[in-house]
Amino acid sequence: MNLNRVTAIVLRQFYLMRESPARVLPLFAWVAIDVVLWGFITRYLNTVTLSGFNFIPTLLGAVLLWDFFIRVMQGVTTAFLEDVWSRNFLNIFATPLSIAEYVSALVISSIATSCVGLIVMLVLARTVFGLSFFSYGLILMPFLLVLFLFGIALGIVCSSVVLRFGPASEWLVWPIPALISPFVGVFYPLSTLPQWMQYFSHLLPPSYVFEGMRAIVLGGAVSEALLLWGACLAVLYILLSCWLFTSVYHHAVRTGLIARYSAETLS
Amino acid sequence: MSKVLSVRDLRKEYGGTVAVDGISFDVGHGEIVGLLGPNGAGKTTTINMILGVLEPTAGTIHIEGLDIATQRSRALERTNFAAVYAPLPGNLTVYQNLRIFGLIYGVKDLAERIEVLLKQFSLESFRDVKCGVLSSGEQTRACLAKAMLNSPHLLLLDEPTASLDPARARDMRTKIREYAANGGGGVLWTSHNMYEVEGVCDRVLFLSNGKILLEGDPKTLRLDHGKKTLEDLFIAVANEPMALGKGQTS
Repeated sequence: MNLNRVTAIVLRQFYLMRESPARVLPLFAWVAIDVVLWGFITRYLNTVTLSGFNFIPTLLGAVLLWDFFIRVMQGVTTAFLEDVWSRNFLNIFATPLSIAEYVSALVISSIATSCVGLIVMLVLARTVFGLSFFSYGLILMPFLLVLFLFGIALGIVCSSVVLRFGPASEWLVWPIPALISPFVGVFYPLSTLPQWMQYFSHLLPPSYVFEGMRAIVLGGAVSEALLLWGACLAVLYILLSCWLFTSVYHHAVRTGLIARYSAETLS
Repeated sequence: MSKVLSVRDLRKEYGGTVAVDGISFDVGHGEIVGLLGPNGAGKTTTINMILGVLEPTAGTIHIEGLDIATQRSRALERTNFAAVYAPLPGNLTVYQNLRIFGLIYGVKDLAERIEVLLKQFSLESFRDVKCGVLSSGEQTRACLAKAMLNSPHLLLLDEPTASLDPARARDMRTKIREYAANGGGGVLWTSHNMYEVEGVCDRVLFLSNGKILLEGDPKTLRLDHGKKTLEDLFIAVANEPMALGKGQTS
């Protein structure tokens, strides 16, 4: 692993961000809108329900965690898409840069961009709606870690899809988090789901995070074993996603797709 | 002359179509080799395979003894390229692009190297201009500056002067000749400008239908085949490859 090469790709992202409000704004604008929207919804729910149950840490907390996961995934994908949009594959892949270095740089870029979103969400939730993430305690760290790892894995999978099926397939990858969300129980316990959906839920690391978060809010304890299992699953998915990206890259090199990427297919 | 590039029995098939058909050739240190041929002859396919962005169906490519298939990064550290179809990202400035690619190629004293290249390719006034707003000739010069960043031992140029005006093109040819003569780097050059090829290349390879039909000194090859100019020879290769080709000569 050559750090200079990794730095080069991260630096490219920095240059692009620094000079482009269109790239910077989405880092925090959508998450801010989500926090505001769900913040008021939860406030309203608190006033109309007589149970005395506080929806803010449950629903708003879930929104914050889910948005963080989406930002991580999109951080990887958009860093990759920069090479698609600028038709830069030939220049990039005809250099000494290895696939491991390239993917590492995408991940580092995503860490930086998702942190921006996370900070904005935390500040907004604390100042406007009084939700302090620290109320979850130190368990928040493994929650974020699991979501981060799975977000990275999904981002690499999405990049693989775009590399394999061409620039137009970008539109396939944006809705993927929405597709996953019903299965991971962002807003409801997994027991709400029919059994067949729960089978999928148990294969998705965020399920363990949201179940754990609800357990804390309801005064229970988080199953550390289950959370560890979620983390192990996320690590496994990262390994699988890296294998997928490498396989797709080798397919593209074998077929000539890298050199003629704008054609989308070689048939 | 020691070899910087060694290509052996290189073949590329797409489905049933043979794009490159078992070609072998070398490029020596300090040598400029012209890779010529009509459209679709296999020139760009060959260059893409040397750059490691296209996997050969068969054959081997060694850059200073390093196999591109197994020692890709090390082989490409000493290689660079410029091609009309691979402009630098238009959303970054000339300086930013050179810095990024300089880091990727591991260029020492990068800041100084960039300044030298900006001056050498008359890009000082475009230093902070985004590549996307440069004229095609200016973009070509930026690409050539990128190609020279790591003082490559092997330089691949795919129609490098296609967008340049005659004065700039002559200046560029001089620079690349000097680079080969003084730096000892080998150059593989494709062009459809036979005047340019005759003036620059030490040796040419004529490709047709993926095979090397002719090989030799561009100044004497036309005479060997009874043609008045290299362009006449090119046209003959394009129109009557069977009449000229006697299989691969290298």
